[in-house]
Amino acid sequence: MPHDDPSGFRAELRDWLAANCPEEMRDGASTEDSICWGGKNWEFSSDAQKIWLDRCAARGLTVPTWPEAYGGAGLERAREKIFHEEMARIGARYPLQSFGIWMLGPALLQFGTPEQKARYLPPIARGEVRWCQGYSEPGAGSDLAGLQTRCEDRGDHWLVNGQKIWTSYADRADWIFALVRTDRDAPKHKGISFVLMDMESEGVSTRPIRLISGASPFCETFFDDVRVPKDQVVGEVNRGWDVAKYLLTHEREMISAGGQVMGAGRALGAVLADSETGQSDPVLRADAMRAEVDGLAVGLTLERYKDRAEAGQGAGDASAMLKYAGTELNKRRLELVIAAGGTDALDWADGRAPTWLRTKGNSIEGGTSEVMLGIIAKRILGLPG
Amino acid sequence: MLADAARGFLDGAAPLTHLRGLRDAGLTHDPALWKNMAAMGWAGILVPETTGGSDMGHAAAGVLAREMGRTLVSCPFLGTAVIAVTALRQVGDARAGSALAQIAAGERLYALALDESAKFNPQAVETRAEKHGNGFRLSGRKRFVVDGAMADRLLVVARTDGGLTLFDLPADRDGIARTPRAVIDSRDVADIRLDGAEATGADVLGKVDDAMAVLAPALRAGQAALAAEMSGLAAGAFAMTLGYLKERRQFSTPIGAFQALQHRAAHLWCEIEITASAILNAGRMLDADPANAAMAVSLAKARATATAQLAVQEGVQMHGGIGMTDAFDMGFFMKRARVAAEWLGDYGYHANIVAQARGF
Repeated sequence: MPHDDPSGFRAELRDWLAANCPEEMRDGASTEDSICWGGKNWEFSSDAQKIWLDRCAARGLTVPTWPEAYGGAGLERAREKIFHEEMARIGARYPLQSFGIWMLGPALLQFGTPEQKARYLPPIARGEVRWCQGYSEPGAGSDLAGLQTRCEDRGDHWLVNGQKIWTSYADRADWIFALVRTDRDAPKHKGISFVLMDMESEGVSTRPIRLISGASPFCETFFDDVRVPKDQVVGEVNRGWDVAKYLLTHEREMISAGGQVMGAGRALGAVLADSETGQSDPVLRADAMRAEVDGLAVGLTLERYKDRAEAGQGAGDASAMLKYAGTELNKRRLELVIAAGGTDALDWADGRAPTWLRTKGNSIEGGTSEVMLGIIAKRILGLPG
Repeated sequence: MLADAARGFLDGAAPLTHLRGLRDAGLTHDPALWKNMAAMGWAGILVPETTGGSDMGHAAAGVLAREMGRTLVSCPFLGTAVIAVTALRQVGDARAGSALAQIAAGERLYALALDESAKFNPQAVETRAEKHGNGFRLSGRKRFVVDGAMADRLLVVARTDGGLTLFDLPADRDGIARTPRAVIDSRDVADIRLDGAEATGADVLGKVDDAMAVLAPALRAGQAALAAEMSGLAAGAFAMTLGYLKERRQFSTPIGAFQALQHRAAHLWCEIEITASAILNAGRMLDADPANAAMAVSLAKARATATAQLAVQEGVQMHGGIGMTDAFDMGFFMKRARVAAEWLGDYGYHANIVAQARGF
């Protein structure tokens, strides 16, 4: 639904997009191959991808809602909606996607010092530095606060030792934001700090993890006597859990919305119409109709919470609902997509099978569905225990 | 603000005990309550200001319906203030204007006599309106007419030579026989027999053979408001269940400490939140772009139906034995949820409309 445009913002943006978005960037693609993640070692898939990134970055449109001082365009919610609508109208690819944009940026804007914001945010906005997230550990999955990676105060620097797992794109990232234990005697939530580390530091190594869906972005990341400058802790030392929780709400919303991008871009009705059996199988059809009803309602809910965030009420703990509902729905949708495809969908090269398998991780990464339900039960509903 | 005011009034004037009192007294509604609601402007919330209403729109009507759903208020709001008002507004002549003014004042109640089968299907009408002199004679049977026994006026859908026609008739006209039904939710429902009831051209609402021009917007408004009521019903049942999870102790602990129940409660809360989005969207669409609101309305009714049914089933189960007793109120929620699920189209009816709009 178009939104009001009293100031002419839409018309101006539309003209700018028409003049500046290269033709090759107007195919609406958001597949792994088409995404620009940026970073020091990024190899652009085409000149158009680089031109599009540079033009958007110069106008603050890689991070449209961030303040202009840090490389954004300072758009409030109404204009952000117009931005997304106008991008979608011409099928424009998003010029840059990254964990820096989705997760670290919001956390730095909330908790970073002015120096940290000025140092780290603009390179994210320009796509020059690529970040990864070091949260989970082999012994700290759902019980994230049980993490054991040690970070010791050595006077003029921190010394980090330990292992992270499920670090997406750690093998290609330039920097990592990580949770580490700075006080081993304090209660587990009170001894954690949020640190930023250069992946080129001596003692950092990574190893990719192969998933059921094939090659994956996930890695194991090892820290072996890694020296970290003292000014690279975000927020107070031993209060990193506050930063972590805030960032997690953004991660949940990102994963939840990611499900929408992956699945809801295409109505299930169209998917069935294209398949040999989809229209004639009443059971599949009924399941797909239910999923479509639920998908539309979940999509409206994501929008409603974004609107509330703009009004100053972040989704907060309710991000657990968005994550739970979005990822469970995405699994349902891909089950239907692959069922509609029948044996045609079973070749690795087809694309549907890897996507279907990949959705199984959506309800695990960033906190399992069960962890989300626990958060809702305790923090929103106030149930005991 | 409207929601707070409505809740404040209903907590005092029509809490759950109000419905129980009516039921125990063998009554289906409370005329004094409706007078009070009319005095507060609720009967005229969709009536134009020029005819005594406040014209606040469908989103606002949804807010009232939702609050009424929380305490299962039995009143003619949906049938009269939403469905009949929306139909009369499509006509806009002087007679419709005076009907709207009477509705806003709480002095006229309407019922929609549409259904003829056990499942909602607005096209399946066999009631005939035969030409007779300058007018018509109506014959047929209408089933499950909500507010049919209390209504002063009936909106009757009948088949004419070239299609369906909508008649606005006094309920006591000769040839109309109303038989009240004892329905599980303790509300006013009647079956109606039309046996040569006479109607003039002036009794036709809108144009002959073109009932849907008037009726379709009225049905959409009613479906959206009913969905809003059901979302309130779900929230009301859930609030009761959540309170019980915190207070009831077994195995020396509140039962709400058990993860099996926590996860089910959390899932239900998510469903209620997601459905609320569909309800808000339907109200907004009816106000902003009513011609294109069909999918939004059906999405809201489908979701509200599924969510309300989950809320009452979990409500009874999590309350255990007491949830099964008549002395406890959860049963009222379950019965109303079942009736509201069927009225104006069930889950399948509305899911089909959504699916057609989405390429199925």
